[in-house]
Amino acid sequence: MSNLLEVSNVSKKYGQYTALDDVSLHVPKGSIFGLLGPNGAGKTTLIRIVNQITYPDKGTVMFNGKPLQPEHIAKIGYLPEERGLYKSMKVGEQALYLAQLKGLSKKEAKERLQYWFDRLGIGDWWNKKIQELSKGMAQKIQFVVTVLHKPDLLIFDEPFSGFDPINANIIKDEILHLRDQGATVIFSTHRMESVEELCDDIALIHKSRKMLDGKLVDIKRQHRSNTFEVGLDTTNHQALRTALEERYAVSDAGFKSLSDELKLRIRLQPGHSPNDLLHDLMSQATVTHFVELIPSVNDIFIQTVKDSDHE
Amino acid sequence: MSKLPLIIKREYLAKVRNKSFIVMTILSPLLVVGMAALVFYLTKANNEEKKVIGILNEGNFFRAQFKDDASLSFIPFRDISLEKAKDSAQHQAYYGLLYIPQGDHIEDVAEHIAFFSKESPGLSTLSSLESVVRNQVREVKLRNFGVPDEVLRDMGKNYEINVSNFTGEKKLRGINEIKAIIGGAFGYLIMMFIIIYGAFVMRSVIEEKTSRIIEVIISSVKPFQLMLGKIIGTSLAGITQFLIWIVSAGFLLFLLATFLGVSMGELGGSQIPPDALDTVNNMSGGAQEKVQLYLMELLNISWGILLLSFVIYFILGYLIYSSIYAAIGAAVDNETDTQQFMFPVIMPLMLAIYVGFFSVFNNPHGPIAVAFSLFPLTSPIVMLMRLPGGIGAGGVPVWQFAASIALLVVTFLGIVWVAAKIYRVGILMYGKKPTYKEMYRWLKYS
Repeated sequence: MSNLLEVSNVSKKYGQYTALDDVSLHVPKGSIFGLLGPNGAGKTTLIRIVNQITYPDKGTVMFNGKPLQPEHIAKIGYLPEERGLYKSMKVGEQALYLAQLKGLSKKEAKERLQYWFDRLGIGDWWNKKIQELSKGMAQKIQFVVTVLHKPDLLIFDEPFSGFDPINANIIKDEILHLRDQGATVIFSTHRMESVEELCDDIALIHKSRKMLDGKLVDIKRQHRSNTFEVGLDTTNHQALRTALEERYAVSDAGFKSLSDELKLRIRLQPGHSPNDLLHDLMSQATVTHFVELIPSVNDIFIQTVKDSDHE
Repeated sequence: MSKLPLIIKREYLAKVRNKSFIVMTILSPLLVVGMAALVFYLTKANNEEKKVIGILNEGNFFRAQFKDDASLSFIPFRDISLEKAKDSAQHQAYYGLLYIPQGDHIEDVAEHIAFFSKESPGLSTLSSLESVVRNQVREVKLRNFGVPDEVLRDMGKNYEINVSNFTGEKKLRGINEIKAIIGGAFGYLIMMFIIIYGAFVMRSVIEEKTSRIIEVIISSVKPFQLMLGKIIGTSLAGITQFLIWIVSAGFLLFLLATFLGVSMGELGGSQIPPDALDTVNNMSGGAQEKVQLYLMELLNISWGILLLSFVIYFILGYLIYSSIYAAIGAAVDNETDTQQFMFPVIMPLMLAIYVGFFSVFNNPHGPIAVAFSLFPLTSPIVMLMRLPGGIGAGGVPVWQFAASIALLVVTFLGIVWVAAKIYRVGILMYGKKPTYKEMYRWLKYS
């Protein structure tokens, strides 16, 4: 069993509106899984189904090899995008309550809260009311409450919103730390750079359907276009460019460099290898820069969504 | 599930620790008792002020008939003219001047009696003066016909019709009204409780929605558990508050009674309708044994059944209404949006109370009373007004009682099911102003 979560052919309708249409995906154990999609794509519905807040009309969800059941709730930690705390309750009391709702005993919950509060340096907040805390502070409490019961599966919906860069970094490190300790993380966000940085696997949902999914490297491999960015040191930029345009698809490149070389983006025909290109270039100029253009998650996201809208 | 007690505990503590809740709990009995004391004091002060009326009697009739009583006192003028008497009455700030002219026949005199005053006189003052005149005229005329004194004396006697049922058992007058008041008090209690604490449930649901904690919570517990925990927690807080109110109000009233020498009966008296009050007055003037009969009759009310039905109707009625309140709270985003849904909720409660007071008191087993004590949204209040008459012969027929409870249970299940569905969908909906149509659609979501 290498998948912690397997969603198979799940559909969900709200009246006439289809929120999810035959979506299947699997989340490998111990991975950080990026669940991507434009607003209103159906991500939240899918997450709510996994949390058993709502139920699919069709399809199955398997958790650790077994059909999803109410007792799995204790093994899932969920930080919703729309989140908040009871404003007039004290921090400690509230954290204890939420932890106990997840099935922890009071004693256990207290010990673990102590650990986390110390770890994040927020121990002196225990007797403060939530309304006295800033938004970022409240977010920290929420993070602690989400992970407190050591869930196998952590679901974070926009976990970094409301954090300053320093605290966002702290939370990011904690997420990685939890992954290293064996937790599986589903991560839903619009911040592509954090997907790039954190995720091993991704799935893209658009208009209620899954557009693509798999290992991030595999997806990038599929989307690579055999395009290279090159920097060429030559005296006559125009002549070289014209010569190259006869053999390759050439366009301008905009990478940053220190000298004033010719910067080009060269797309290879199928069958050509990078070595052929490199040889060719070296015979004509000094190569100062040679790098394969790997599509960013951002590019893949936008490309996929645009393509599907044109269909 | 062990989560329900947790939720109940949190809801209870959140409510009980709330500042405004604490203030209300402490202040309300003080306010109520203070108001009662004030009203009592004012009434007393008002009654103690006697109205002084000057009398100028120029003839021979009505010489001794106008006597001082609790509210009027008379001061005679002698040997002065009417104009002077008026001046004098006005200067001495008398309430008025009663002028009785000279004449040979009492009827002529009576017709020309006049009353002068600065403000137009109160109706009760006038009518008491008029009744003195009327009685005297009658007495004099009867005497003129040669009617002996003892016959005249007997004519004032009152006769009470004895009431008993067909088997000859004695019945007491006004006992039905007294019983209905007892039942009505229970019904009224239910209504107040629903209105106050139902709104608490609603506000607490809205608070969870606006603070956005709801999704965090229902990823741990079922929405239905949360709703139930909220309703139970809030009602326990409500019961706590009610108990504190009853105990402290009772204590304060006791203090008040001791210090001011006010009897409890006087304080409560203003709330009893005049009919029943008359009976009470008659009986205190009448034989002591009658009091005992009333007490017996009150003790004969099947209190066991009454209290048991109170508990049943209270729990079911409260659960029905508070789950409706919870559903409304879940459907809206803020309290201002609740207005459109509140009226249909309050209406049956109001209807029950008014129908109860106007119809059930007079005719506890009439068709209207029966209909409203069967209809589940009004039965918790109306049926309780009928129940002190007992169940079975002479009281509420057994089938009606059974049908009322059965209908209430069925409605309870239905409404809680519907409310739970609306609640479940509604708590996750933001930014939409819901309509009835929309809520109907939510029912079909799985």
